[in-house]
Amino acid sequence: MAISADNHGLRLIVRYAVLILIAVIFIFPLVFMVMSSLKPDQQLLADTASLRAFLPVGDISLDNYWAAFKRAPVALFVMNSVIVTGVTVALSLFLCSTAAFSFVFINWKGRDVILSIILATLIVPFETIAIPLLLISSKLPWIGLDGLTFGWLNSYRVQIIPFIVDGLTIFLFVQFFKDLPSELIEAARVEGASWFQIYRRIVMPLSGPVLATAAILKFLVMYNQYLWPLMVVQEEGYRPVMVGLQYFFQLNRAWGEIMAYLSLITVPVLAFYLYLQKAFIASIASTGVKG
Amino acid sequence: MKHLSIATGALLASVALTSVAQAQTTLSMWYHGAGNEGEAKVLNQIITDFNASQTDWKVELQSFPQAAYNDSVVAGALAGNLPDILDVDGPVMPNWAWAGYMQPLQIDETKIANFLPGPKGVWDGKLYSIGLWDAAVALVTRKSTLEELKLRTPTLEEPWTLEEFNGAMEAAKASGKFEYALDLGMAWTGEWYPYAFSPFLQSFGGDLVDRSSYKTAEGALNGDAAMAFGNWWQGLFKNGYAQATQDPADRDNGFGAGKYAFSWNGNWAALGALKAFDDTVFLPAPNFGAGAKIGAASWQFGVSAKSQHPDGASKFIEFALQDKYLADFANTTGLIPATASAAAMTENYKEGGPLAVYYAMTNANAMVRPVTPGYVVEAKVFEKALADIANGAEVAATLDAATDEINADIEKNQGYGHK
Repeated sequence: MAISADNHGLRLIVRYAVLILIAVIFIFPLVFMVMSSLKPDQQLLADTASLRAFLPVGDISLDNYWAAFKRAPVALFVMNSVIVTGVTVALSLFLCSTAAFSFVFINWKGRDVILSIILATLIVPFETIAIPLLLISSKLPWIGLDGLTFGWLNSYRVQIIPFIVDGLTIFLFVQFFKDLPSELIEAARVEGASWFQIYRRIVMPLSGPVLATAAILKFLVMYNQYLWPLMVVQEEGYRPVMVGLQYFFQLNRAWGEIMAYLSLITVPVLAFYLYLQKAFIASIASTGVKG
Repeated sequence: MKHLSIATGALLASVALTSVAQAQTTLSMWYHGAGNEGEAKVLNQIITDFNASQTDWKVELQSFPQAAYNDSVVAGALAGNLPDILDVDGPVMPNWAWAGYMQPLQIDETKIANFLPGPKGVWDGKLYSIGLWDAAVALVTRKSTLEELKLRTPTLEEPWTLEEFNGAMEAAKASGKFEYALDLGMAWTGEWYPYAFSPFLQSFGGDLVDRSSYKTAEGALNGDAAMAFGNWWQGLFKNGYAQATQDPADRDNGFGAGKYAFSWNGNWAALGALKAFDDTVFLPAPNFGAGAKIGAASWQFGVSAKSQHPDGASKFIEFALQDKYLADFANTTGLIPATASAAAMTENYKEGGPLAVYYAMTNANAMVRPVTPGYVVEAKVFEKALADIANGAEVAATLDAATDEINADIEKNQGYGHK
């Protein structure tokens, strides 16, 4: 009995040691980034050789943050990225889930072929379609406050619309929907529910995990966009954070400012992730289906 | 009544001014300096002065971060969305002109007769771009280091020979005072390699491409001179004089921290080096047999092929060529003004100024990179070859492979229009 308790204690210690080590590995780059953002360049570079790099020691100030705001319109870039990412994620979750719903639950002619075609796009890297997409986007019509105009360059829509629907997100929803009990759907149909009612009242409330997963993946892809906005946005007013990062890579790099900028643009990512992590856990707890 | 007259006068004046403002045709301009406060300040001043100096044109600026600039221009060209005025890195200009992104300038060329050769962007016999400054590279060290290592101070008239250069590296290494004898700036990838290191190859007698025809790299990049260069280059790393991979922080601060005896660096870093040590000196490039060489041509202004107002765009560029603006840029950025008269107006480059030696070096040793649309590919191939050789790749095979790659690209593009 005593031996068993010792083993249990030892196992617990080892388990926690491993978990702490993994947590440290993941958290240290963030700690390094934030601590470095508070130090002048000379000290920042000198500290990288020791554990001081992870500690708020020495000449600590917010000077790098003020300098970063002076060098680039940081708030504008963050706002642009949040708008583009937020709208894309919201529309993507709706459109991809409705598409997946029709592929899984509704019988229509050719759906397997269409789904196969959509899934086949997963193997096509974005770089291969970037130039054709640019040529198309530069000529597309749009009706706005100025009436009918042609060309989507230098706008939010050119950064949002091409990325709303994608094969991976549809695939995630399709796989998740396939695992939902078909009895629920059939029962609802028998009760006279419309397809949209089933989608809204039955399928979506059960889809917390896949919504959280799809949202996080989409958020990361959109927030880290670099190549596409570089190609389609020439006006500073629409630039996102990753293109803005290049403002700090001058010949003589201001490392402290770079760390300050990175710390600032990481805030929305962390906030979004932490928010969805909570939703993710809550959704798992509430999606138990009793037979 | 008097008040009424004043009010009427003011109203008429404002209407007239509004009409003038409305009559100005807008010229869009793209520039690579976003995030560089100093450059932005000078350029904005030029634009403000130009817009106020006449009633026909109004320049509106859109700045891009440098690392994203070239890709943005190429994407803009594909989408038919180029501005009227753009700036272009000197060696890239022939490619953009050949690709149809730019049109020749309409400026009075007598106004640039006194310019250094590097800032003049000539392709196919026509002036496509013009720069307000040039840049130069020097061997940065300390007077005390030269004395301690008992080295001759080289001059423009009598630069170090290959033997002297190698001797200096060996002496610095043998002294045991430095982590490495030479900071080549290996942390700076991209254009730094062809800009800073192809002059070594040219000083040996080789080149990226045969400039007599621009149709082949055969013999230029893999001939005897190029082989000698390649072996010497590899020796710098094999002998422990320099590091093949470098921490960017060491590039920024290593010389000032005393890690290197010598630093091969640009004039934009010269003021920092002067601040680090009060006995910093800037030595001219060594002569490895075919003359001392350094790179030339920096960022320049040009007019896009799409511009409907090339006359207005050229007028702005001509306006920007005034000595006072050349001097302002030099004072702000540390870059070399394009004319001697502008240099005389600056603190750093006037006679006796701390950086005046750079103007002299540019005048004496500057050599533009190959003036061909194929340069953009040649530069990347050269960069990869040099990085491979530095990391131990076989010299002859690497240079042969680089030559083949450049030749294949030239062939694929039907000779890039060279006759």
